[in-house]
Amino acid sequence: MKRFLLPLALFIVLLGFLAWGLKPGYDPHELPSPLIGKAAPAFDLPQLAQPEQKFSPASMRGKVWLLNVWASWCVSCREEHPVLVRFSRTATVPLYGLNYKDARPDGMRWLAQFGNPYIASAFDSDGRVGIDYGVYGVPETYVIDKAGVIRYKQIGPVTEDVLQKKIIPLVQELEKS
Amino acid sequence: MRRLIPLLLLLVLATAAAWAGEAAPMAEDEVVEKRMVAISDEMRCLVCQNESLSGSHAELAQDLRREIRQMIKAGKTDQQIMDFMVDRYGDFVRYRPPMKSTTYLLWFGPFLLLAVALVALVRYLRRRGSRLDQGAPTALSAAETQRAEALLAQVEDKR
Repeated sequence: MKRFLLPLALFIVLLGFLAWGLKPGYDPHELPSPLIGKAAPAFDLPQLAQPEQKFSPASMRGKVWLLNVWASWCVSCREEHPVLVRFSRTATVPLYGLNYKDARPDGMRWLAQFGNPYIASAFDSDGRVGIDYGVYGVPETYVIDKAGVIRYKQIGPVTEDVLQKKIIPLVQELEKS
Repeated sequence: MRRLIPLLLLLVLATAAAWAGEAAPMAEDEVVEKRMVAISDEMRCLVCQNESLSGSHAELAQDLRREIRQMIKAGKTDQQIMDFMVDRYGDFVRYRPPMKSTTYLLWFGPFLLLAVALVALVRYLRRRGSRLDQGAPTALSAAETQRAEALLAQVEDKR
């Protein structure tokens, strides 16, 4: 009997690793962002709706705010959008958009059709700003603190669960400091 | 006819030149292109994570290759370009993980496993050796020899 103990133990360890890989909510596509804890990269882009006006993260100094990367061609954004629209109706935290690699008319039509949760969206047509933010799977959402430091990055759609459990508590905590 | 030949030749040359002209943008600058491919071969595409950045058709990969090309033209070193990518996408973007405290297990884990296996092997062989030394009978006793011979004789009979 005793000689089976070691193989059994090894098997249980192996099972543990396999179970870890199948953990619900575990997405191997999600990578830890090296940008967390670093200053949000600066940019100065024209706004989607008013090309003559610009949006720059520097103007948000002293406020906790959210930056949501979206595009009209992005399927998961459609899933996420109603959550953001609902959130923007009640939330006190400013939500800005980064319209990533989109065509201006498409982006505008999308907002007209599904509602506009953003105070404004910056228009990143060639995706250059997206590269600076390490965007690799739209939608992505950044929580940026008063000092302009990225505190959290949500890869993939923001769900009600993510909002309630992660983003809202974090924003409240950051607003206190 | 004789007058036609140079004309035809010219036509052939002209079309050849036109083809060459079409292909030109692909290898606009061969040196830059080669360096770009060499660098992006070392990087993982973040959209389809089992492809290299140089081989991926994902739009982000195309953008990043464009970015790398621009950096090469701007005179950046390979190391600077690698740092640019790692700053944005993390170490995951590199196919060769760097040696640092969080990756020691990754680098030395296999050697650790090998050492454990070797120790286990040596211990097993030693134990087996000593067991054989103690328990192995040196020769058969007279009774055993008789029994063995009887058995062999039985086998012979059956044949």
